[in-house]
Amino acid sequence: MSISTLRQQLLSGEITPASILERLSGEIAARDPRTGAYLSRDLESALAEAANADLSLPLGGIPIAIKDNINVLGQPCTCGSKFLAENYTSPYDATVIRKLRAAGAIPFGRMNQDEFAMGSSTENSALQTTRNPHDPERIPGGSSGGSAAAVADLTAIAALGSDTGGSIRQPASHCGVVGLKPSYGRVSRYGLVAFASSLDQIGPLTRSVGDAALILQAIAGFDPADSTCLDAPVPDYLSGLNDGVKGLKLGVPKEYFGKGIDPGVRNNVEAAIQKLAAKGAEIVEISLPHTEHAVATYYVIAPAEASSNLSRFDGIRYGHRAANPANILDLYKKSREEGFGPEVKRRIILGTYVLSSGYYDAYYGRAQKVRTLIRRDFENAFQQVDAIVSPVAPTPARKIGAFADDPLHEYLSDIFTLSANLAGIPGISVPCGVTDFDGGKSLPTGLQILGPHLGEAKLLQIARAAEG
Amino acid sequence: MPHSHIDVRYVANLARLELSDEEVATFQPQLEAILHHAEALSKLDVSGIEPTAHATQVFGRMRADVPHESLPVAAILQNAPDQAQGQIRVPKVVTDA
Repeated sequence: MSISTLRQQLLSGEITPASILERLSGEIAARDPRTGAYLSRDLESALAEAANADLSLPLGGIPIAIKDNINVLGQPCTCGSKFLAENYTSPYDATVIRKLRAAGAIPFGRMNQDEFAMGSSTENSALQTTRNPHDPERIPGGSSGGSAAAVADLTAIAALGSDTGGSIRQPASHCGVVGLKPSYGRVSRYGLVAFASSLDQIGPLTRSVGDAALILQAIAGFDPADSTCLDAPVPDYLSGLNDGVKGLKLGVPKEYFGKGIDPGVRNNVEAAIQKLAAKGAEIVEISLPHTEHAVATYYVIAPAEASSNLSRFDGIRYGHRAANPANILDLYKKSREEGFGPEVKRRIILGTYVLSSGYYDAYYGRAQKVRTLIRRDFENAFQQVDAIVSPVAPTPARKIGAFADDPLHEYLSDIFTLSANLAGIPGISVPCGVTDFDGGKSLPTGLQILGPHLGEAKLLQIARAAEG
Repeated sequence: MPHSHIDVRYVANLARLELSDEEVATFQPQLEAILHHAEALSKLDVSGIEPTAHATQVFGRMRADVPHESLPVAAILQNAPDQAQGQIRVPKVVTDA
């Protein structure tokens, strides 16, 4: 059920915020033991908020599930890591939470994720396995896998996730829900546990494009607590939602339909593009010539930033501290050894290496320059077209465990989503049918729509046409 | 571009990360494969290209220098692994003279 339908029922008195929470709790108890999307939830505090919900507000009385790397006062914030699982309680609300509350929403539930958002499958969670509601043998995608799986499983109405290289869009695609990564700087990152600060953005995962627009409306906007958050006016994301695609030019990047893409994904994405053409959009082929370098660029820059950001996890002020250290250095090294899982360690080592003396220019410095070329590809494309349409991921959801011990293989599957983060532009994943894949039946696929920086309104408008 | 050899234990020590022998053995080929993939960047001509450190040109903007309330000490200490006298306790950092 969409947020707007629930809101109508709330306003008519048919239901109450408390009854929504009670019903969700029942759904969670019935299905989440299998799906494993929730790491924790605090019904009591949510019900206390529900009792005081202001139904006149745009999201009044609507519970929203939160990825476990976004701080909510008094709640855990594990980031899917043993490092923070033991005894960390958030001492403050992230700005997005403050804004959701100001819009009347009730944060409810902490959603599983890859550890510190590093991964595309949620298999890197140190705490729990999350399964795809469409096929329990398969990954939900990641890193916002818990958020996507719960929305698809109808155990959450909507959720917040974070997207550093596709971590909202790819799980949305794999689970058959809508996922929006806003433009860099559109939504405050204050209170989001940092992975790669120049790439991270918070965004909604929802069952409809309209719901995504409602949540973006609530969380977008300037925040003095995030020095990269843009002081730009927030447009009305809802008023033009149904304006259609007549006369809009949509670019199809030829580099996104090459080898490695599953035929079922290709068919569904091409059918979705044809549907947009039938509704009046003009489809043109474009080129994003540096696409093949996106994975290498990203997997230098993101680990470099991660290695710096994760140095705060030292066992001193919060989180895990190793017992009986010989000295302070031993405390740092053992706390980190015990607290971090393998993917986090790999990225810290990789990032430290590419930033180290003698390798900085060859890897990090060069990747930053290639990032400029990737950014320019998009600037050139948006001279010709209003938006870009493509697949979200090369295949539907794979089986759990299929890429174990082969991180490079996993990284290569991020090829279609990474570039938007490198360029800072917004992207949305909209469900575009199902396909059989690798023994799995009727697995969801997603259409990705990319737009120019701060072009969320038009992006949502196109996504609405693709969905309807 | 340097050859993709990485001394995993040396770099892990720079990152203040202890590793088991098994972890070093696992990470070594994985990290070399990733670095080998990244070496493709060396084929691109980037002469005269400015590096991009930030996706937008807005960063490092200062807030107005106005005092405001901070988190209470008790809220911070509740997450500290060890504490005493309103402060976070750590192992001895300075050795005796």
